[in-house]
Order: sequence, then C-alpha cells, then structure tokens
Amino acid sequence: MKSLSPLKWFASREGLYYLALVLLLVAVLPLVLGPFRLNMVGKYLTYAFVAIGLVMCWGKAGILSLGQGVFFGLGGYSMAMFLKLEASSPEATAIQSTPGIPDFMDWNQRTELPWFWEPFNSFSFTVIAIVGVPVLLAFIIGFAMFTRRVGGVYFAIITQAIAAILTILIIGQQGYTGGVNGITDLQTLMGWDIRSDASKNTLYFVTVGLLFLCLFVARMVQNRKLGRILVAMNAQETRVRFSGYDVAAFKIFVFCLAAAFAGIGGAMFTLIVGFMSPSFIGIVASIEMVIFCALGGRLSILGAVYGALLVNAAKSGFSETFPELWPFAMGALFIGVVLAFPNGLAGLYQNYVMPLEDRLFKRSKPELKTAAEPVATRPSAEKADNYDPMTNTCSPEKS
Amino acid sequence: MFDGYTSSELMSIFAMQGFAGLSLFSVFVLMALGLAIIFGQMGVINMAHGEFMILGAYTTYLTSGFFQLYLPGLFGGYFFVAMILAFLICSALGALVEWLMIRHLYHRPLDTLLATWGLSLIMQQAYRSIFGAREVGVDLPEWMMGAFSVTDLVELPINGLFVMIIALSTAVAVYLLMYRSGYGKKVRAVVQNRPMAEAVGVNSAGIDRATFALGSGIAGIAGAAFTMIGSTGPSSGQAYIVDTFLVVVFGGAQSLIGTIVSAFGISQAQSTMEFFLSGSMAKVLTLLVVVGILMLRPEGLMALKVRR
Repeated sequence: MKSLSPLKWFASREGLYYLALVLLLVAVLPLVLGPFRLNMVGKYLTYAFVAIGLVMCWGKAGILSLGQGVFFGLGGYSMAMFLKLEASSPEATAIQSTPGIPDFMDWNQRTELPWFWEPFNSFSFTVIAIVGVPVLLAFIIGFAMFTRRVGGVYFAIITQAIAAILTILIIGQQGYTGGVNGITDLQTLMGWDIRSDASKNTLYFVTVGLLFLCLFVARMVQNRKLGRILVAMNAQETRVRFSGYDVAAFKIFVFCLAAAFAGIGGAMFTLIVGFMSPSFIGIVASIEMVIFCALGGRLSILGAVYGALLVNAAKSGFSETFPELWPFAMGALFIGVVLAFPNGLAGLYQNYVMPLEDRLFKRSKPELKTAAEPVATRPSAEKADNYDPMTNTCSPEKS
Repeated sequence: MFDGYTSSELMSIFAMQGFAGLSLFSVFVLMALGLAIIFGQMGVINMAHGEFMILGAYTTYLTSGFFQLYLPGLFGGYFFVAMILAFLICSALGALVEWLMIRHLYHRPLDTLLATWGLSLIMQQAYRSIFGAREVGVDLPEWMMGAFSVTDLVELPINGLFVMIIALSTAVAVYLLMYRSGYGKKVRAVVQNRPMAEAVGVNSAGIDRATFALGSGIAGIAGAAFTMIGSTGPSSGQAYIVDTFLVVVFGGAQSLIGTIVSAFGISQAQSTMEFFLSGSMAKVLTLLVVVGILMLRPEGLMALKVRR
C-alpha cells in the first residue's frame, strides 16, 4: 500500500474509521455518560489493549495464546505494587506491627519487604517493568516454544497452563502477593489521588491516548512487510521458512508485542479500577480476552476495540439484571462467533455494510474511488458506526 | 524438606501419599484417556471435557437417588448401572456435539478450543440452574466403605482401590479397542493418513463421530468414578481440565501408554509434594516442571515417530 500524506489518510476510508473511533471515545462517550459509566468504559478499554495484541498474535500470525491474562496481570500487578508501596508509608501504616510494609504482609506475619518488591519503590522502574516483565516472560515462552516449532493447540494449552500456574502461585503466596483478595486499597500515584472523579476522568483520557498509541503501533506493524510476513506465516509457514525468513523470530516478536500491549492495559486497569486481583488474570479471564478479539473480528485491530467494549458492556448489563443468564450468553457467543461469523463484527461489516457504502460512494463522488480503492480492498475491515459516505466525513450525531 | 522425619516414617509418608496420589491418578487416567483419543484422532481439544465428566457424575448422583427410593435392595449394585448410564448419556451427547459443532471445525482446531469452551460455559451454568451451586455427593454402598490395612501405618481405602481398578480396566479396554479391533484399525488408519484411509473405503467422518462419542463416554465413566472419591459441583470439571490437558500433552499426543505414564508421574509428584509443601505450591511446582519439560521436549514423553 502506498503511504498517503496524513491529511489524505484521514480522508481515506480507513482514516475515517479511525476518526470515528476517536470521536466516539473522546467526544461522544465522555459527553453522554456520567463519571461512573465513563470509568467503566475506561475499564473496558484496558481490555481492548489485550484484544489488539491478540489480533496481531492470533488473527494475523495464527498463534492463539490462552494466557494473555498473565501479561495483563503482570502489568497490572507491577502498577499495583508501586501504588501499594506508596500507600504503605510508615506514617500511614503506623498501627501495624511492622510499619512501612503493605497491610496484607503485616497480616501474614511478614516483617520485611520481600526482595522483589524493593525495586517497585521507584516509579521509573515500575514503568519499565509494566512493559518489560510481560515482554521478558513472553520472550522466554516464545523462544522456548517457537524455536522448537511448537504451535497451534500445544501452544494454546501451555499458555493456559501458565495462566493457571500464575494464578495458583498468587493465591497461594498470600504474604507476598495479597492472595485471592489481590492488592487492594490503592490511593495515590506519586501523590496524585486516583480515586476522585476528576482523576478518573483524566485516567480515562490517558487510557484512550495510550490505546491509540497501541493502535498506531499495531497498524504500523500490520501495514509493513513485517505484517505481511506474519499473515503469510499463518497461511503457509513452511513456504515462508523456505523463502529464508526466520519464522520463529517473527513469532517471538509478535507474541512479545501482544504481551507488551497486555501489560500496558493491565497497568491502566489497576489505575482505573483501583485494585488488582488474581480473578482478572486466570484461565477464565484469559479466554474471555480471546472472545473480545474474536467478536470484534480477529483480523481487525479496530474491531478488537469495539469487541472489548461490546462484550464487557454486555457482561455488565447482564450481570446487573440477569446474572444467571450471562454464562449462557457468553457460551453462545463463543460458539456463534466461531461457527457463524469467524471474522467477527468487522467481517460482517465488510460483507454487508461496505458494499452498501461502495454503492453510495460511487454514485455521489466517483472521483474519490481511486483514492479509497487500495484501502477498501485490504483484507481487514474496520467498523465505524457513524461514517457518512455522502459527505465523506464523520459526524457523531449520525450514530 | 525431609528434615525431622525418620526413614521409616518417610517410607510410610511416601506410601500413604503415593496412594492418595493414586486416586488422583485414576481420575487423571480416566479423563485423559477420553481426551487423548479425541486429540490423537482429530487434533481437537475438547475444552468441555470436564463438563462431560461432571455430566457422568450427576448421572451417578441421580441413579443413586433412584435406587435409594425405588430399589433399596439393589443399592449395592447401583454403581454399575450408573456407570453404564453415564457412558451412554455422555457418548450420546458427544455424538450430538460432534454432529452440530465439531465436524464443521476440523480444519480450524484453534476455533474448536473456543467453541467447546463456550459449550463448557453453557453446560456449567445449566448444571448450576438444575442441580444448584452446592456440591452434591452420593452415598457409597456398604461394600465400598472401609479400608485395607497393609501395615499399621499404611491404610488403603476401598473406594480408592475400586476407582483405580475402574481406571485401569478402562485403559485396558481402550487399548484392546484401539489395537485389537476393526474399529481401532480404522481409527489408526485415519490418524496416519486420512485421504488414503478414505480412498480404501474407511468412512472417516463416521470414525470421527464414533471416536468423539467414545471419548465423551469415557469422560462419563470418569465422572461416575469421581463421585466415589469426591463430591460434585457445577465447576468441579474445570478444576481438573488444565491438569488433564497437560497429562495428555505431556504423555505424547498419540500414545496411550504415554498418557498413563504421565498421569502417574504428575499425580504422584503432586500428592507427594503436597505433604511437604502447601497444596498450592505443590501444584505450582508440578505444573512448572511439566511446562518446563514440554518446552524442552514439546513432543511429550512418548511420541509416536511419524514423518510429517
């Protein structure tokens, strides 16, 4: 694909889809929703990071990881450990038998901070750890597995086992990790109260910003040769290997990329929700992350964002009204997405809405067709609710 | 971790924990057998396998209730009826699931994982709606209670022994079916070369369905056996599923002996370590070792050497 100048890109079809998402997240939702709901949308968006990673890793490169919760959790726990240490200053914890350590350690009769907690006193270390720890683990797993040409179902099962291991470890080592309750009662980030409405609002916009950063990186990867090789690897691995590419290296790269996205999402999750617990990272949570990606469309990074939003919104909606029906709906969603529309919402959009757009498009402004054509025939389809082909702009009121 | 125990005490501990591990081993073997023949045959992992097992367990629970109410005289034998019922019900459901869902997904094994996970969510919630969230247990018949005393330190409960006998006889039956019967010959032909098997007249789609039904039926037997040593809740199946996957993968996908050896190794390691460490750490260590070995030797313990 030829690269367009930024302005032209925003007028292209793909650019408009991105613009629509920007408008939705930055303008429509903050204006329509109250602070509580907006905070929930922020929480859903942190899962979109994982879903984007899964699009790259599973949709494009064909590596299904059922352990993305691990990386989400490592990022989240890194952030939570930093916040917890800040909340456990000797003054704030003076009533404990050992002041200055997190409260759950005191309850578990620990008298000093474990060594691996020490570095989390530093904010810069924490920021590095949020991305670095998940990437390091992903690299180790990926290196061990992909250089031995393990893939497919085996890889899925082993990543699932790793999710199980981490959850059991965290729950079992209560004195070090907070156990099943997780790390709770987080208050400030470098002296800035994360619990007030104003700061939650700020955190929402930070999340949106980071999300677009990740979308940008993912889009860059998918549109370069690198992305093409990933897709080719998925379709014909042997042929790519025989063409001289180091297949394992590409797989490790994309797995680490997905882990990095998940780590960032996890850290933002901790900030937005205010605690971190093993229930967000276990086997069940990890598989749910796959459905966000599958519903949105496993080939579409924008679809992943919508998938994460929709599934989580539906989950909250069901849990508020008919909690016992939610597992049925979730199960049906898994089966339905896989059997009936494997390319998710993005695939449906591409098949049914895009031809409609094309017709309107051609009738009104035929000269634009040439500019939009290369984008329109790309294999991945993006979804926009409020795209208006008549004026070739996005108007939030339309949606 | 062995400090403070005399050698004879250690021997007894190993014997007792080893036997406790054997109950776990029996459940692993029964669950893994069903999973392994499905995985070996079709490369498909059935995430709902644990829920099939629980279906067998609930079948046993209902049968025992039925016998208590209407046939109290025959209560001692209800388990055998329950086991057959569990096998039939689970294999019928398995065949149905294969027909509705799995057969459309053979060329997409990863999608099968997700679809069967969806199925497992639905089945779990159905159990919760029907039987309630609380765990249920069955009353053991008279003859299954009590224990053998081997030495004065080592006692072997009869229900555990019985479950182990079921596990081993099921394993032998599966072995005979796979290696000494016409059906087994067809299965192996399809595994080795599907197009060629079809070319010589093997109905590979029928074999697939039969194998899936058989695997699900064995899960039903596993569930029936499971009620003898533990109580059943809607999500009991999920507690075992990851371990079972690892047992299958660790043993080598197409090797029945490998499956049994790895079930033995994993269950023994776990239960022996449980005595010295906390339960969760024993599990973490076992799983870590298994995952570590799988990373170094991804084909599992006993891989079938085939050219790909």
